[in-house]
Amino acid sequence: MDTNWELLRPVLVTSIQETLVMVTVTVLVAGIVGLVLGAALYATRPGNLLEQPVVFAVLNLVVNIVRPVPFIIFITAVGPVTLALLGTTIGTGAAVFPMALMAAVVIGRVVEQNLVGVDPGVVEAARAAGAGRLRTLFGIVIPEALGPLILGYTFMFIAIVDMSAMVGVVGGGGLGNFAIMYGYQQFDWTVTLVTVVVIIVFVQLAQLVGNTLAARVLRR
Amino acid sequence: MTRDRPHPHVRFRDVVKEYPGRRRLLGLRAAAPDTSRRALDGITLDIPQGSILGIIGHSGAGKSTLVRLINALDTPTSGSVIVDGTDLTGLGEAQLQRVRRGIGMIFQHFNLFASRTVAGNVGYPLRVAGRPRAEVQARVAEVLEFVGLADRARAYPSQLSGGQKQRVGIARALASSPTLLLADEATSALDPETTADILGLLTRINEEFGTTIVVITHEMAVVREICDSVVVLDGGRVAEHGSAYDVFSAPATAAGQAFVATAVKGEPGPAALRRLQERHPGTLVAVRIDEDFGSPEVARILDARGVTGTVVHGDVAEVQNRPLGTLTYALSGPQQAVAEAVAALTADGRARVLAVDEAADRVAEVTV
Repeated sequence: MDTNWELLRPVLVTSIQETLVMVTVTVLVAGIVGLVLGAALYATRPGNLLEQPVVFAVLNLVVNIVRPVPFIIFITAVGPVTLALLGTTIGTGAAVFPMALMAAVVIGRVVEQNLVGVDPGVVEAARAAGAGRLRTLFGIVIPEALGPLILGYTFMFIAIVDMSAMVGVVGGGGLGNFAIMYGYQQFDWTVTLVTVVVIIVFVQLAQLVGNTLAARVLRR
Repeated sequence: MTRDRPHPHVRFRDVVKEYPGRRRLLGLRAAAPDTSRRALDGITLDIPQGSILGIIGHSGAGKSTLVRLINALDTPTSGSVIVDGTDLTGLGEAQLQRVRRGIGMIFQHFNLFASRTVAGNVGYPLRVAGRPRAEVQARVAEVLEFVGLADRARAYPSQLSGGQKQRVGIARALASSPTLLLADEATSALDPETTADILGLLTRINEEFGTTIVVITHEMAVVREICDSVVVLDGGRVAEHGSAYDVFSAPATAAGQAFVATAVKGEPGPAALRRLQERHPGTLVAVRIDEDFGSPEVARILDARGVTGTVVHGDVAEVQNRPLGTLTYALSGPQQAVAEAVAALTADGRARVLAVDEAADRVAEVTV
């Protein structure tokens, strides 16, 4: 069967744009929310800078409840919330909400794990120098973990590309939707293959950028 | 150099520090056995202005806890810690931060900020204190010059050797011109040569700036090198406290004796004594050496009686610039003369006979 690229090329371009929009918005929103969440998980942990056992337990519980839910089910499960907030559960905009929510939680965990790896000795050194708790957290702990954090964010960028492929279910569009609709459902393996190649290029570029940045930070 | 100030720099009053047992998972604390631990058990101690105090103890003796109470990285369970006349107990976080800015601290593993350059590390306490950029730069250059690392300002810590890292640690601790410096096992991760360098630097800081220095260590050699006075900490209590010379020359407790023995070679142990006796069949006498009684005095006693004495074991160290040690002599000569020499040496309890010559008429035998 010959693929009609005359017809499909504009659709592919639109799909790429949709994926880029969803991924970019999610990375920005979830990146910031996840950083704050991860920093909070790290700092409120018993024995750490802002020890708050109750806050830690609550945050920890929320993360543990959200994270294991398969994303495809999560999208539908938060449907009512999406509807209440955005007025619809269909389309790229509505797709970004569950993506950002799930990504923020997972990024929170990734950030927490990287911060926990920071030598408590440098925290002590900063405190001994007279630095306040928040100043130590944002001025010392996070910069000290920057290399691993960049790699963690790169990992999450790729996971978010993966997520974006699933939101086709709710009309989110994007490359995932394109591959299913014009490839799988039309028995057109060429389309699927092209989509896969485009996604691989995305992921490789992201990994290259992440690795380069991390290497630059870690070299010092 | 001791500054004339009316009050001690740091005072501990009945300080107790207990660590609660670990909380169990999901808060099931009641079910957990009581694992709380008393790290410090009633410490009362004055640290004079401008002195170098050594705090020695085995790991778990409470010395790290003790030093962290001074800059309020930890708080006592009861009792009070008074720094520069200010009682730290009950101070708020903002006030504690101000107190900490006046106290430098250096660490066993340096604890440098890997994400910042040498200059960034050294300037950190000043930036935290809100000093203007120009002042920070000038002070950083000055302190780096003092520790001999002026040319490494733009390097990152990972590019430095262990000794250089500790110099940066010291420069960072000195940046805010503290009057008190806490050194927590500052040389324990360094080789002997670098250790000597760093100890020399600490002595210089004390002499040039009159900085009070509290040195936490498990190595009595460190105390011997730089400390004016020493506290032996054992099981969270002060086992012994005195001038370094007094503790070294007459340790009063078992803990103190054990530590002194690690840094000064005393009398030979049983195995060493057996080997010595094989090589030197004559009389063996161990003589305590100090500033009043050294090897010239021993030689005078021996010469007067025609006895030959050979040092076969021991050493003499300097503590607070005064000699201290134990020398073991093998004595040879006419039996009567040796007996008189031994009597003269042991008269004031300064010497102890370790082995007696059993061959009656041994005459000045040359032993190798």
